[in-house]
Amino acid sequence: MSETAARIAIFKTYKLYVGGKFPRSESGRVYEVTDTKGQWLANAPLGTRKDARDAVLAARAAVKGWAGTTAYNRGQVLYRVAEMLEGRREQFAAEVAAAEGVGAKKAAALVDAAIDRWVWYAGWTDKVAQVAGGANPVAGPFFNLSVPEPTGVVGVLAPRAGHGFSLLGLVSVVAPAIATGNTVVVAAAEQAPLPALALGEVLATSDVPGGVVNLLSGRTADLAPTLASHQDVNALDLAGAIDPEGPGAAAALEAAAADTLKRVVRPAADPSAVDWTAAPGTGRLLSFLETKTVWHPMGT
Amino acid sequence: MAKTKKTETEQPLRKGGLFAYAPAPESPAAAGEIATSYGHFVGGEFVDSSGSEALKTVNPATGQVLAEFAQGTEEDVDRAVKAARAAFADWSALPGSERAKYLFRIARIVQERSRELAVLESIDNGKPIRETRDVDLPLVAAHFFYYAGWADKLDFAGFGPNPRPLGVAAQVIPWNFPLLMLAWKVAPALATGNTVVLKPAETTPLTALRFAEICRQAGLPTGVLNIVTGDGRTGAALTAHPDVNKVAFTGSTPVGRAIARQLAGSRKKLSLELGGKAANIVFDDAPLDQAVEGIVDGIFFNQGHVCCAGSRLLVQESVQDELLDALKRRMGTLRVGDPLDKNTDIGAINSAAQLARITELAEAGEREGAERWAPECELPGAGYWFRPTLFTGVSQAHRIAREEVFGPVLSVLTFRTPAEAVEKANNTPYGLSAGIWTEKGSRILWMANRLRAGVVWANTFNKFDPTSPFGGYKESGYGREGGRHGLEPYLNVEALDV
Repeated sequence: MSETAARIAIFKTYKLYVGGKFPRSESGRVYEVTDTKGQWLANAPLGTRKDARDAVLAARAAVKGWAGTTAYNRGQVLYRVAEMLEGRREQFAAEVAAAEGVGAKKAAALVDAAIDRWVWYAGWTDKVAQVAGGANPVAGPFFNLSVPEPTGVVGVLAPRAGHGFSLLGLVSVVAPAIATGNTVVVAAAEQAPLPALALGEVLATSDVPGGVVNLLSGRTADLAPTLASHQDVNALDLAGAIDPEGPGAAAALEAAAADTLKRVVRPAADPSAVDWTAAPGTGRLLSFLETKTVWHPMGT
Repeated sequence: MAKTKKTETEQPLRKGGLFAYAPAPESPAAAGEIATSYGHFVGGEFVDSSGSEALKTVNPATGQVLAEFAQGTEEDVDRAVKAARAAFADWSALPGSERAKYLFRIARIVQERSRELAVLESIDNGKPIRETRDVDLPLVAAHFFYYAGWADKLDFAGFGPNPRPLGVAAQVIPWNFPLLMLAWKVAPALATGNTVVLKPAETTPLTALRFAEICRQAGLPTGVLNIVTGDGRTGAALTAHPDVNKVAFTGSTPVGRAIARQLAGSRKKLSLELGGKAANIVFDDAPLDQAVEGIVDGIFFNQGHVCCAGSRLLVQESVQDELLDALKRRMGTLRVGDPLDKNTDIGAINSAAQLARITELAEAGEREGAERWAPECELPGAGYWFRPTLFTGVSQAHRIAREEVFGPVLSVLTFRTPAEAVEKANNTPYGLSAGIWTEKGSRILWMANRLRAGVVWANTFNKFDPTSPFGGYKESGYGREGGRHGLEPYLNVEALDV
């Protein structure tokens, strides 16, 4: 009786994150996720085209509330994400290490950088309108003001390569889109989706309204074309479109996006050379904004 | 022309002949000499096309041919792109303050020659001289002045450190504001250090070709601005050319879509200013007389050939009758006829093809059950004309409520609550502009917030200014023209890798 058997670990069932809930894929199917050495890590849900469409519905439903919330409040929510992530650094460091094949120390630094990136974008929410908008001195008796507004629903192909892609890269593409009031449907890196799916658990406990961020694992070649051609997706971030050809390639997705004139952020020329630890500029922050200009006469 | 004028004098402005106007035509001779045929403007000189096909541009008010011009071939386009490429290194290396001086010169010469350009524009396009003289030309000059001032201040424009030009810009513009659209495209492109190949529309090439002469007078280095004329085939050859770095297009949504598809995977920067189906929303507390002027200006300005035209009137049910009575009364005073007459409100429809499109959609409106009304007015015998027309009883499903007519045709719909107005206004794939008429400030701001449109005019309509960004949401395109925002489409802004 004094002898204790080695404890058997509890495996986690990873799930999609859609509309603030954690559904399994409607396909009922999973695929094996391994570390960079080929060791089995977990079964991830095989998200389908139908899952992507469901996620777009959820994202669309969330636009009004999220875009309508005050910039100050959005900043508070993004900062809360950083707080929640800070409390789970070890878990994410382990997941990033396995996903990217880096050592524990490097993985921890990448997680810290991801946390800091949430803080950076949390601070942008109530500043971007002054940077991107302003009064226009028109030659006439008019009050004339340009303000940035969120584009709407953004389809995001999470980075699949580059230093720090699995969590830091993901945060670097999701945070700027939602900071300005957009909602996103994210196709997680197909081969390394676990940090993304785990991030859903953080978001769910961070006051981020359901539907603002939707995270899907599965074949990018299924998910990406669905997002690119979807009538109710307003913009695309193709950071993770690195297939050289086929339906998941950047050129094909851009062509599909042309049908509804989606705003498109193209992938880096060499995605595997991207260093996600580099300080972000305002490029992505400004990419999913529309400029609205309002005129009104002045007089007594 | 004589025939046109005669018709107008016979037409009483008001029943009973009150305020009858004498004809007050601008002299067509003020347009300067129109050559019988034109080539392209490439590398600082006018050159013949490599092909033999020529197109004709007509005066839409008379149907008479004004001139022949070249149908640009792929070879012509290639030659122009090469000229622009050759000019790029020196032009982009020029200090911004020196580049600016050329733009200032152009602005000044446009002002000096504005009467000539206004008359030429009215003759080639069909729009009233009052508009070319008072709207188009002043704005053209103002655009060059505005962007000239940016050329040496790009580091302070907020697009990150060391903003660079993109290279050769391919620009394709429409026929509704030929010279103004040229200015919207050329001024920011040159100010930021790009070189340009521009294709004007095939029904209105004359002012662009005249502008080439202005560039020569201004001493603009050769190859910095090149103009290739022709129809959509020339445009497609230009936007598809492998050695252009930037494509800017203003025109229809279907063509914009095709260009976006064509450029997929090319990494060329693209900006699109496409169609619209703007709602002009009138609340029951609106100042009705002002609103009527705004509605008229919104849909009949430039014969309705305006992408941001207020083509859907949304009127609150409680003031519908009162407003429509006032609107019809006002429409009865609109003078349709000779574009060169200074009293003309509505000129000629730009082309036979456009007239056919307007006619077809108006007929569809009747067929689908909307009620058609137009004031009695005689139209000139020759040329292309369409009476200012309004449709009542229009539902959101009608083609005239969904499709861009691009003519003087107004569809009237009604609403009861602000929320319903927003719902109906946004019920379109377009999102270029919108209008709001109400005396209540908080309601203006509430509405402006919810309308998915790039330009919102409150208690005014169809106002433009070089400092004010213009461009659409949704399928009305992307990118902005005008203001600081208008620089971005022509700059290599900070890399998006992270």
